[in-house]
Amino acid sequence: MNFPLMPDQASNFARPYDALFFVLTALTILFTILVGALVLFFAVRYRKGSRVDRSGAVESHLGLEITWTAIPLLLGLVMFWWAAKLYVETRQPPKDAMEVFVIGKQWMWHLQHSNGVRENNELHVPVGVPVRLTMISQDVIHSFFVPQFRIKQDVLPGRYTQQWFVASKPGKFNLFCAEYCGTQHSEMGGYIYAMPPQEFQKWLASGGDKKRPNQPTMADLGKALYDRLACANCHGPQDTERGPSLYGLYGAKRRMTDGTVVEADASYIRESIKNPYAKINESYQNTMPEYRELTEEDLLNLLAYIRTLGTAKAPGPVLGNAGPAQIGGANR
Amino acid sequence: MSTAAPVLHGESPKAPPSYLQAGHTIKSWLLTGDHKRIAVLYLISVSVFFFFGSLAASMIRIELVSPRGVMLESDTYNKVFTAHGIIMIFFFLIPAIPAVLGNFLLPIMIGARDLAFPRLNLLSWYLYVAGGLCGVLAIAFGGVDTGWTFYTPYSSMYSNTNVTLTIIGAFIAGFSSIATGINFIVTVHKMRAPGMTWFRLPLMVWGSYATSLIIVLGTPVVAITLLLVVMERVFHIGVFSPELGGDPVLFQHLFWFYSHPAVYIMILPAMGVINEVITCFSRKRIFGYHFIAFSSLAIAGLGFLVWGHHMFVSSQSMYQGMVFSLLSYLVAVPSAIKVFNWTATIYKGSVRFQTPFLYVLGFMGLFVVGGLTGLFLAAMSTDVHLTDTYFVVAHFHYVMAGSNLIALLAGMHYWWPKMYGRLYNKKLAAISSALIFVGFNLTFLPQFVLGSRGMPRRYFNYLPQFQDLHVASTIGSWVLAAGLFLTAAYLLASFRQPKGMAANPWGGRTLEWETTSPPTTHNFEGQPVLQHGPYDYRPEPAAVGVKELAH
Repeated sequence: MNFPLMPDQASNFARPYDALFFVLTALTILFTILVGALVLFFAVRYRKGSRVDRSGAVESHLGLEITWTAIPLLLGLVMFWWAAKLYVETRQPPKDAMEVFVIGKQWMWHLQHSNGVRENNELHVPVGVPVRLTMISQDVIHSFFVPQFRIKQDVLPGRYTQQWFVASKPGKFNLFCAEYCGTQHSEMGGYIYAMPPQEFQKWLASGGDKKRPNQPTMADLGKALYDRLACANCHGPQDTERGPSLYGLYGAKRRMTDGTVVEADASYIRESIKNPYAKINESYQNTMPEYRELTEEDLLNLLAYIRTLGTAKAPGPVLGNAGPAQIGGANR
Repeated sequence: MSTAAPVLHGESPKAPPSYLQAGHTIKSWLLTGDHKRIAVLYLISVSVFFFFGSLAASMIRIELVSPRGVMLESDTYNKVFTAHGIIMIFFFLIPAIPAVLGNFLLPIMIGARDLAFPRLNLLSWYLYVAGGLCGVLAIAFGGVDTGWTFYTPYSSMYSNTNVTLTIIGAFIAGFSSIATGINFIVTVHKMRAPGMTWFRLPLMVWGSYATSLIIVLGTPVVAITLLLVVMERVFHIGVFSPELGGDPVLFQHLFWFYSHPAVYIMILPAMGVINEVITCFSRKRIFGYHFIAFSSLAIAGLGFLVWGHHMFVSSQSMYQGMVFSLLSYLVAVPSAIKVFNWTATIYKGSVRFQTPFLYVLGFMGLFVVGGLTGLFLAAMSTDVHLTDTYFVVAHFHYVMAGSNLIALLAGMHYWWPKMYGRLYNKKLAAISSALIFVGFNLTFLPQFVLGSRGMPRRYFNYLPQFQDLHVASTIGSWVLAAGLFLTAAYLLASFRQPKGMAANPWGGRTLEWETTSPPTTHNFEGQPVLQHGPYDYRPEPAAVGVKELAH
């Protein structure tokens, strides 16, 4: 077709999404024509002066009212349910998904693979493998939008959001920022390169486009930072008076001084580093310094390292239940 | 039955001067308490804002002819689309129908001399002008670049433009809305003429009443929210910015809690106008009066419960999203009920293809397309792809801009003789209604395709593959502009026509047509007393429906 309504179908979500889209389009066209034709037909047929039978016109008709209330209602409920089901799938990444970390900032995308390979405004992914994006913004709200994959998720400052996809064919696809973010909003984009899996593995192992093999992984970088900041002075293998141990912290439930129970997910741990007084563990005091100068990249590396100290819910993805957005994850 | 003979005011030989003749000084206009004069003041000021909003729109359209821009910088482009949105929404679409047609007609339609609080009504207009001036000053001093949605933390912490002044303008204009809303509600409750029961109210009054409820309940929320943005900008209190311990998504909840119902503030009065025009030019009592009246209230109520459908990709929880999606489908039903009832009204009518009815046909087309494309965005999974693209832009222009504007034009053409006692050139009117309809569709239909193909909104530069559709859209905007200029021209030219036309040129069967055109300052001589409801379009209707008591 020379006049496509949709971009290429390049992910697992594209086909089911397009099916719903075309059914909605068909219904829209059908009802527009139906109403348009009836209105025009009646208006012309019953124009002033035309000799047609006008007897028996009524001012209201309960049966008709019920009919044209019920039909749109039922059709609407079907569409709602169909769309909601598809949406739920888009919010439930498989546990074995490959992880990529996304940092949005005015006006670029910064992407990082867990083995440490970094990319700017480009993301290489393997075809046929579920990929989970854990995303955060360094400044304002952005939105990670890949039309050919039919995915979009806002990227917020201050907490993690996530989305996932399986690229279904090799190729180069558009990446846009979809949430207005200032002067160069329309420049904040790039490309997703979907590659055959073997090719991708080779690409990743050789250090990506920058060809820096054997570079430190995110967890290595996080460990270096953990040591440099001397986190272990208070957060060692055992709980101390000064601070609780972080071993096995990931995904654990912690009781706070105000009695609430919080799951130690990525957003919680991030907050506890940047702004430790927001929530304080029971039987501890607010003695920890605020590490406000850490960048989002530093924080992601620290999280990757803390994850290697063990999780309460093994096995899980590095940033398992990222973000309060949580989006189904907490209930699995 | 009373024995007193019904009196037609238009035929009264000693009628006092019309409201237009009741005083000729500028002071008599600027200090007037007459709802009709205030409506004229609003018509002038709303038209000025519409002109500037359209100017901004034309700049946007010209800029988008080329993928790399034509004449603006990206910063300027961002300020222009922001100005377009803010002017059109806060200073045109929201006040247009209620403050112009509602103000003029609501008291007359219910047989009252004026609104309940005439001076509050005048204050509303001054607040509107003051708010508008703040907006104009903000633009004159360099503009604002946040988009009309003012999303945080961009608006509260990052933008270096005149956000504060703009928000103060919107805040003040909000109080103008609130005052008008209160005035309408009290008027409908307390000022109805004897015999004007709730179910004898013209449906335009029902629409204005439902709108006023939304305004009074919703506007304070957005006013406070916008004020919080200013407080965060100026005093760095942490409400929305995560750096200060706030939550940026909280802003979206508060903003859309008002701004989604605001869409119904724009469309309910428009629907009210369509009711009046469709029944008059079909010469048939409106079909399903009660269903139409209650569907307005249903829209006003349900409209407050659907704001979260703007936030399916903003990190809102999945289950929350489901509730919002379901409720959004429910709120579509009352709108569908109205459309089907209008269609049934035409059936077996006696249709006059006069200008106002041509606009009704246009309205039906735009509203049905606009409403149905809303279902793509209320559906959670399709919204993921379509939100923040041109699909959304096209959708909301169909429902709030196109439908509202065309309904306003339908109403202006219907009540122009009532307001000014003059008729316009009907041939030119028919041509311009066609230009506006074709131009509008040519402008915005391509944008649906742009959006579904993945073109994000608020983009200064775009991929070359989107250019053809942008060019089509821009050409459409010129056709639309031509239609609007033509309309302005023949409406203004009508003032050179002699007066002295019939008081009721369309044969309308609602109370406003039972007085002179233009009406006198007190609308009616004496007190109208209703004998039956509106829309008696039988060939031999019961007297005029109004009987006057002596003073």
